[in-house]
Amino acid sequence: MMAPALEFDRVSRDFALPDGRLYRALDQISFAISAGSFVAIAGPSGCGKSTLLNIAAGLLTPSSGRVHVDGEPVDGLNRSATYMFQQDALLPWKTVRDNVALGLTLSGVTRAEAHARAGAWLARVGLAAFAAHYPSQLSGGMRKRVTMAQNWIIDRGMLLMDEPFSALDVHTRLRMETELLALWESRSADQPPPRLRRSAVASANAESLALQETGGQASQAGGDRETGGRAFQASRDRKTIVFVTHDLEEAIALADEVVVLSAGPAAHVVARHPVTLDRPRDLMELRTSEAFVDLYRALWVVLREEVIRSQRSAEATRA
Amino acid sequence: MRDPEARDASRTTIAFWQMAVGLCALSLWQGLVALKLLDPFFVSRPTAIAQRIAIWVIDGSLWRHLAATLEESLLGLVLGAAAGISLGFLLGRSPVLARVFDPYIKMLNAVPRVVLAPLFLLWFGLGIWSKVALALTLVFFVMFFNTYQGVRDAERVLIDNVRMLGATERQLVRHVLIPSALTWIFSSLQTSLGFAMVGAVVGEYLGATRGLGYVISQAEGTFDTTGVFAGMTVLGLVVVIVSAGVTRLERWLLRWKG
Repeated sequence: MMAPALEFDRVSRDFALPDGRLYRALDQISFAISAGSFVAIAGPSGCGKSTLLNIAAGLLTPSSGRVHVDGEPVDGLNRSATYMFQQDALLPWKTVRDNVALGLTLSGVTRAEAHARAGAWLARVGLAAFAAHYPSQLSGGMRKRVTMAQNWIIDRGMLLMDEPFSALDVHTRLRMETELLALWESRSADQPPPRLRRSAVASANAESLALQETGGQASQAGGDRETGGRAFQASRDRKTIVFVTHDLEEAIALADEVVVLSAGPAAHVVARHPVTLDRPRDLMELRTSEAFVDLYRALWVVLREEVIRSQRSAEATRA
Repeated sequence: MRDPEARDASRTTIAFWQMAVGLCALSLWQGLVALKLLDPFFVSRPTAIAQRIAIWVIDGSLWRHLAATLEESLLGLVLGAAAGISLGFLLGRSPVLARVFDPYIKMLNAVPRVVLAPLFLLWFGLGIWSKVALALTLVFFVMFFNTYQGVRDAERVLIDNVRMLGATERQLVRHVLIPSALTWIFSSLQTSLGFAMVGAVVGEYLGATRGLGYVISQAEGTFDTTGVFAGMTVLGLVVVIVSAGVTRLERWLLRWKG
């Protein structure tokens, strides 16, 4: 049997409080994620979801327990993964093109080749016209797309995402989620679908600005919906995605499995629930489908308890 | 800001008022001297000062002195920046070293540079190097503090992201820490340049054979107030011109700030 792509083995993490006491953020967390699957970790704010993700990335070490990636214990940074942060992490002094090419440049790819490949990726995320811009000149949604290209271009097996779209407005967010799934469902990084599913994407955003952003490509769209369907067959080529969010709807809409963490301190896994919705998913329609609503109801019962607990303990701390 | 016409209009208005303020002040000065309310022996007069500057330009002495001052300032700036940036980087990356050196740096920074000038004269002689040294000590601390701050302030998430994308420690320095520090360094360029010139002129003033500071001190020695004011005027004009250049350079270097 193949080793899981990522495995938490009784992972705990303590932080020192200013008064010298220890705060246990995570307590004995164990679960495994199989290669090529999309797993969402949901939980109330402050429960340690990001801490868990940072441990998976190797940016933090667990106080006890271990993390395995493809069967190997993680030592230092997790070199099989890239990380999409909640905040903007593009280098403000590099152009969009140089930001996308960064991972290649760092690994010694020649400048010309890195630029060519970055150009192809920018075209894929609809930002070809913005290659020479600086991040500060782009909208929040555009910066997220640059970040996606930056993470996808180096084609690691795993992508860790820490509430990557939480700062976006609802429509832009829906659009980013759609683009994320389109990228992920495409067969492999080097053979992208000819174009993201822009018909769905463009209509997702009522603002005319969104149409401008795609550089008029919306009109050429359509007809590539089936690409996602074909892509979905070859799950082995897909990235393993670990997606942290506090939004249960987002978790269900995107993932194959939702892991619910308890409120902190000492957060632990309270539920694991497979999401059996068909792919490719149409995020525009999904949220009102019966299967989605049933799943949401089942998981919300669990999460609601934790949200209430976390609010109580927050109030207790304040009092 | 967005409307270019409005900006041009305000720019001309500003330029007009800038000229008006200058002309008013000069006329007042000239007028008060003409009315014998001010004694030209103490304050000279604008026309005499302009005449003096014209003479310096024609006989070429101005260029000789100006070149000396600029050379010393530039050397002081470059060397001070190199030293300040290196040390700022070193201490910014190593909290232990930073704590060890902290009291010494504070102590040295507290020393008024004027008291160092005679020492430097003694050590480096009357030539340009005593002035370069003085300019250097002024520039060094500005550059040091800004670099230190810039390295320390590099955003955590940028560092983490670049590391996750595969950066080695050296690449991290090159792609994140240096650019992050550079934004601080560039924004202190204006201050540093001013300090470099102050260092050079004070050095010349206290003992030299060339330079604007030397010109001013010679004039003071003979109660030639016209010469003093002429020297000060040239110095002021040079600073305005150079700093306009620096502003443009800064805008270009930090163009990504958008």
